[in-house]
Parts: sequence; structure tokens; C-alpha cells
Amino acid sequence: MWRYVVPLVLFLGIGVLFWRGLGMNPNYVPSALVGKPIPTFSLPSVTNPQEIVSTETLAGHVSLVNVWGTWCVECRHEHGFLLELARAGVPIYGLNVRDDRAAAIDWLSRLGDPYVSSGFDPDNKAGIEWGVTGAPETFLIGRDGTILHKHISPLTPRIWQRDFLPLLKEHCGPGDCPFLAAVGGS
Amino acid sequence: MKALALVSAVWLALASCAFGALAQEGFDDPALNERYRALISEIRCPKCLNESIAESKAPVAAELRREIRRLMGEGASDDEIKEFLASRYGEFVLYRPPLTLKTFAVWAAPFALFVVGAFVFWRILAARLRQPLDDEPLDEGPPS
Repeated sequence: MWRYVVPLVLFLGIGVLFWRGLGMNPNYVPSALVGKPIPTFSLPSVTNPQEIVSTETLAGHVSLVNVWGTWCVECRHEHGFLLELARAGVPIYGLNVRDDRAAAIDWLSRLGDPYVSSGFDPDNKAGIEWGVTGAPETFLIGRDGTILHKHISPLTPRIWQRDFLPLLKEHCGPGDCPFLAAVGGS
Repeated sequence: MKALALVSAVWLALASCAFGALAQEGFDDPALNERYRALISEIRCPKCLNESIAESKAPVAAELRREIRRLMGEGASDDEIKEFLASRYGEFVLYRPPLTLKTFAVWAAPFALFVVGAFVFWRILAARLRQPLDDEPLDEGPPS
């Protein structure tokens, strides 16, 4: 009896494990930063080098931090949706990595600028503090300065509904997110 | 044949160029340089599938190598550098993650599998030994 049951159970167990493994995304790397305070960084703004985007800029309010670059095709993809969110009143801060300042300014003036301000980081120095591997990546920052969520790949309405809205509803205190109704979270 | 030789010559030349570019970054001090080489081959590139940052051509790998050189230049130990990387990119980037409750299965699995294998081997061997010896001579060829 055992000589049939044991191999069968082993086979099924390994089968389930492998089947789940097949469905996993090997590019998905869980972020070490979710649940932690925003990293220390300070960058000049893309559009105005005198203006500083830093840890202090992000403190005290709910916001998005979006990693982008003009070399990044997928960033172009999500740009329309970012503009939509910005119009609804979501404060989005940019982290412009591995880029050329003139090209970045040109991009913003041609396609529209969804960012309150974008930090200019050509060497991805601040990006490393944020655990950035590429672009686009989007972080959701809580009022208390905690990273609530990190999304790798373009931000779409579907991802927004599925991953970001529930977190916003959970973490927005009264008056923290005046944009909530306008972005689908009545 | 000649074409093949030419292609391989060009390929080899290019390959040594690529290697040369990476070999240039590092430290003049041979001991420090060796530590650097060993360290970067133990850090997994967070963007690429199963390449160390020593092998990878991804921009993030070059940036992480740069950070490691900077930290080493500031006198950081290997453990401090690994901690720096793991706190930003997760333990995913360490090819030899520390033994914690979360990574216990990864460390224990080879030993557990070895014990299971040895047990099965021993059971089969014991069963075979209990079988009576078969004294009939082997078939030594077609009947003459």
C-alpha cells in the first residue's frame, strides 16, 4: 500500500510546487523597502537646478514617486495615465534616472509634466537608495513617510484599481487624500 | 574554414575587449582588487535572471559595482556592503543569504534530501541483502 501512496503523494506535491513555479514571474523581486521609511536623498529638480527634491519634500503628505527616463519606452506608455492622476490632484514626484537634462526637459514640455517636481539623477545614485533597478517604477508614499507599495512596470488604471486604491483607502486619514474621490475611491 | 577562423578571431578579440572593460574597474592594490572581484561575483544582479553583477552588462549592475567600489574605498567590510545592498534590494541579491528563519529551507534542503536519499538507499540495500542468493549459473551462450 505505502509503496503506491508515498510516490503518488510526492509526485502530487512536487507537481503542485512546479505548477505554481511556472505561474510565477521570475522578474518579480520583492522590494526590501515596502514598510520602511523613505530613504535619505536630495536631488536638484530637472526643470530648475536650484530647486531641491529630497526626503523632506515628501514628508507629511501622501504622494507617488515615479521613476522615469526618456530612454524608457514603457515610461512613455504610462505617461498619459500619470497626467490623468496629476489632473485629479495626486501629487506625483519624479525620479529621473540615467538621463540627459535637456532630453528630460524636452520630454516634459512635449508630453506634459505630471510631476510636482522631478529629481535629476543621471548616475542613479539616489535611485540606488530607493532600490531602483530600472524604469518605470512607482512608489506609494504614506503621510508618515513610509513606503506603502512599490510597483515595477507601467502604471495602468487596472493596476491602480487593484493595488493602489485599496492601500490609499486603508491609509488615508481624514483630509489626507483630497484626490481620492476623483481617482476612483469614493 | 578560413572564414570560421576569422570569425572566431574577431569574436575572441571582442570578447577580450568586453572583459578588458570590466577588468579596468577595480583597485590598484591586488589584495583589495581580489576582495572586490570575489564580492561582486557573490552579488546577484537584481534586474537580470541569475547573473552576478560581475557578469551582467545591465546598467544597474554597473551602478552597484560603482557603489561597492565607493564603499570599499571608504573602508567598509564585506558584511557592511552586503547589508547595504540587501537593505535596498532585498536578500534576493545575496547569492549566499544569511541563515534566518526565512531562508532556513534553502539551507536545510540539500541535507534533508541527502538524509532521505540515504534512507531509501539503505532500505533497498537491506531488502536485497535479505533475498536468498540465486545459485543458478548464468546463461553462458547458445546451446552447443
